[in-house]
Order: sequence, then C-alpha cells, then structure tokens
Amino acid sequence: MAVHKRAYRPYAGPLTTERWRFLVLPRYGMLELFESRALTAFYVLCFVPFLVEASGIYISHSPAARALFEVHVEASQQFTHAEFFFGALTFQGALAFLLTAWVAPVLVSPDLVNGALPLYLSRPFSRPEYVLGKASILVALLSLITWVQGLTLFALQAGLQEGWGGDHLRIAGAIFAGAWVWILILTLLGLAVSAWIRWRVVASGALAGVFFMGSAFGEMWKEILGTSWGRVTNLSYLVGLVWRDLFGVFTNRQMSREMFNDGPGRDLPTWGAWMGLTVAACVCVWILNRRLRAREVVS
Amino acid sequence: MPPVIELDHLVVPLGGRTILDGLTASLSGRAIGLLGPNGAGKSTLINTLLGFHAPSGGAVRIFGTDVRQGKALRRLVGYMPENDAFIAHMSGVRFVRCMAELAGLPPEAALERTHEAFFYVGLGEARYRKLGTYSLGMKQLAKLAQAIAHGPRLLLLDEPTNGLDPPARQRMIRLIREIRDTADMHLLISSHLLRDVEETCEEVLILKEGRIAAQCDLEGERRANRKFVELETVGTATSFAGAVQGLGAECAFYPNGHGIARIKVVLPDAVEMRELFRLAAEHDVQIRRMNYRRDALEDIFLAAMKEDGGTRGRP
Repeated sequence: MAVHKRAYRPYAGPLTTERWRFLVLPRYGMLELFESRALTAFYVLCFVPFLVEASGIYISHSPAARALFEVHVEASQQFTHAEFFFGALTFQGALAFLLTAWVAPVLVSPDLVNGALPLYLSRPFSRPEYVLGKASILVALLSLITWVQGLTLFALQAGLQEGWGGDHLRIAGAIFAGAWVWILILTLLGLAVSAWIRWRVVASGALAGVFFMGSAFGEMWKEILGTSWGRVTNLSYLVGLVWRDLFGVFTNRQMSREMFNDGPGRDLPTWGAWMGLTVAACVCVWILNRRLRAREVVS
Repeated sequence: MPPVIELDHLVVPLGGRTILDGLTASLSGRAIGLLGPNGAGKSTLINTLLGFHAPSGGAVRIFGTDVRQGKALRRLVGYMPENDAFIAHMSGVRFVRCMAELAGLPPEAALERTHEAFFYVGLGEARYRKLGTYSLGMKQLAKLAQAIAHGPRLLLLDEPTNGLDPPARQRMIRLIREIRDTADMHLLISSHLLRDVEETCEEVLILKEGRIAAQCDLEGERRANRKFVELETVGTATSFAGAVQGLGAECAFYPNGHGIARIKVVLPDAVEMRELFRLAAEHDVQIRRMNYRRDALEDIFLAAMKEDGGTRGRP
C-alpha cells in the first residue's frame, strides 16, 4: 500500500521461523556497530597480527623468501611449535578483551538506559533469546579474531609442511577449545557488566576493572595469606592456566617461577582454574537473569 | 467468539504485596478503558497480560488463550509502554523495523509496514531521524508506530497521552479513535485521565487498590444519558412540562419563582430533541439553558472510589 494513503491494514502475510528469530538482533547489532569508523578501524587492526604471522609461516617454507629476508632455517622452525600458536592466541585474546570492553556496552546499555527491553520482551521473544542474540554478535566478532585466525594459521602451516598437521592435531584442538573458553567468559562478563551498569563508558571501565582489580586482588591475597587460591579471582590467569594445559606448553610464568624460586605448588591446579571460570560464568548468568527483566519490581 | 480479555479470580503478588487481588471480569469492547488512581494496579494488569508478571492464582485469558502460553499470544499483542522505550542512537525506521521483525515479520514486509506505520501516526517526515532527537510527543507516536507495525489484534496503550501538550494530546486521541473505528484491532487503554478514556473507550474497568471497583459499558451509559436533559425555562412551564410528559418522557419540574423553572427530562428513544423546541414554541416558553448529562464517567468513577467493588452497566 502506498504510504500516502495513510491507512492501517492488518498483517496477514507469512511469519519467520521462531527458532532463528534471535538472529534479528545480530543483524541490527552489526549494522549499528560498524557505523562507528573507529570500531571498524580497530577491528581491521585486529587482523594485522594474523597477516604478519601468516606471512612468517609462508616465508619459513619458501627458500626464495627466506633468502630475500635473510631468515635462517632454525629461526623459521619456531612456527612449528605449540608455543607459537599459544603466543598468537594470547595476543589475539588480549585484542578480544579490548574489543569486548568496547562492544558489549554498546550492545546492551542502550536497551536498558531508555527502557527498550519491555518492547523486545512484549513480542514473541524471550529473555534467553535476547541474551543469545546479543551474545552471538560478540561470539561472531571474537571468533573471527581468535580461533578462526588460529586455525587458519594452523591450516597454512599444515598445508605447507606435509605430515605436520596430523602430528600436531592437539594444537588445533587447543586453539579451538581455548579460544571458545575465552570467548564465552568475555561474552558473559561483557553482557553481565553492561546489564548491571547501564552507562556505556562506565561499563567499559568496569569490565577492565573486573580483570585488573581481580588480578591485583588475587596477587594480594596470595601474598598476604600465602595461598595460591587467591588467584581464583584473576580471570586472565585462570584462562592462561587452562590454555597452558590445553596446549601443553611451558610458559613464561613457569620459567619465572623457577628463576625466582617461586616453588612448585604456587600455581592453582588446572581443575581449580576450570572451577573458577565456571563460577564466574554462573555469576554472570545470575546477573543477567536479575537485570534483564521487562519490569523491575521494587520491594 | 471469546471475550477480548477474561480475568478469572486473578491474583498477582509483587515484592511481597498482593497487587491484583482476585480480579474477575470479562471485557469484549472494541476499546476498553482501564481506569484507577495511581497505584491501583493498572500497569501491573497490563504487564500481566503481556506475561511479564506471573499470576499466583486465577487466570487471565486474551481471545480465549491463557497468557501463560506466552509467545503465541504476544504475536497478537502490540504494546505501548507508559515510560520512555526506545534506543536513542537508532533511527526511527530501523528501530520499528527491528521490532516488527522480532514480532515475526520477514524483513521486507517489516520495512514496508514500518514506513506505513510512521506515515499513519504522522511521523513520516521524521522517520530517518535518530530517536534520541525526537520530542516527547514524537517519541509517544514512535512508540505507537512500533506497537501497530506488526498488525496486532490487541493494542495495549499504557498512559498514551502521558506528558503531551494539549495539541499533541488531541492528535493522540484522534489517532486512537481512528484505530478504534477503522482498524481491525481491539484496544486496552490504561489512563488516570477520565477525559482520555471517555473520549476513546466503549467499556471501562475501574481498579482501586488492586480490586475491581466498577465495570461499565460506557457506550450503553452514553446512550442512556443522551436523552437525559436538564432545561432552564422562562414562561408557563407547567403546561410545557405536561406537554413533554405527553411525549412519553419522564419529567421533573422545579419552579424557581419569577417564571423561571428547572425541568429534568428523560426522553424516550423514539423522541428527537427538536420535539422539545417545538413544544416550547407552542407553549410560549423560552429555553434559556439546556444541559446534556456529560459527566457519566466522572460520576461512575467517583462512585467507584467511594464504595468497594461492584459492577455497573453490563455485569
């Protein structure tokens, strides 16, 4: 109907499938996010390390390129070790954290500040679907800069060195699983903090605070009480422990521990790290359940 | 055909208090008014209809379907909340289209209907502006646009004229009446402004402290009151009153002295108002003042606030 006729007519057309309706949110969320040039530029920058690493892998397998850049064969061997992929994932994980601190408040806070949530929930659309829709935006963005890049590097290395991929499948599994652990923690934490605080800038700061203050508190607790369990509040440390276990690598932390005679037993057991991350995820879900309501009930 | 809204001993507690206490009513009007003072439970009832609050007892049904069935029912409902409800940095079109898609419309249909809805509410020219830049009146209209874009069968309007200046209020009332008269849609309008409800609704449910204080068929009341006329006359009113009674009307005559009299008349349906003027001319009586009884809803509301419970008009 032409809009100038200015009349209301009921809708009798087809409806979309209810199961996939949560995907409406990522579509609109992405549109809103990438209208920001600064965010777009930052996201593009997140791909630069990947391009550098991919180039390094290619050069290490190309005698001509090695000669051109004067790279020794021994040096090029580093791309075959789990430590290289661990380091790459760690760096991308840090970028993923920055991206979450930027994006998560933009996704959730505007819905809460001006009371748009009742409009979402007055439709055939539930709170879990709302969370799923918003989380899928973060998951998609973070996936592209973590495990997708990591597995692409793995595939490139495996493609250029025959038999290497089959011998190092654990690395591929560690990239995938490790990145997903980090993505899930970041996503839940980002959404929960944004739902709790509501103001975008403050929420971004609070998200950083959760990590830095948690880390400081954990170390302080460890030193004062002499127990490594204080580190259970240090989320980045917990994820690092899980990754180390997944990759089976000897990390800088372990090296420094030995150098400074910070004897064994000072690290948390890996199961403790998993437990800490699980508790953190449960707290986030609890916060989301408390804050994402169509109506607040004042007792 | 099932009633639009059916309340069956509905009990809703919130924050340790019983907010809605055993509401029982059946509402079938095209436009239903929900009246009551602040804190009477109007918004809680609307939120319960939307499934935001779970009843602890009784049931509430919309078009015969229990609201606990949630999703299927919310497809049929459009909701315009009382408070601000928008995403400031989104354009009007994008926001309403998103909401229409969440209601189940495919993207193309959602876009088409969003444009139609914006033109329908009179915001056609402002639809690409960011919602944060809208005035209060425009935000109200944008809320109405998102409520009707997906073609609901029941439109829930919570204080639709809240914060509007008189011209904007008139526009909103006109729109609501237009929707009531032309669209294939039922309306539930919650308000504490009697005039808004009187101008738009056919049926009224009055709440007081979480209970039904009165329920009435406003259209029926209007019809009954349309023939209730109060006259102030000068001249020989006795013969005039007798002639009016001769038409089959009920008539009460109150002489004030100096030839001035007050006459209350309830005319039968078949008798037109012009008959009064004809008789007045025949009996050489001047009609100095004529009042239709217009304060029906106010009377009902005030009576309901004084007493507890009960129904008026249609049970």
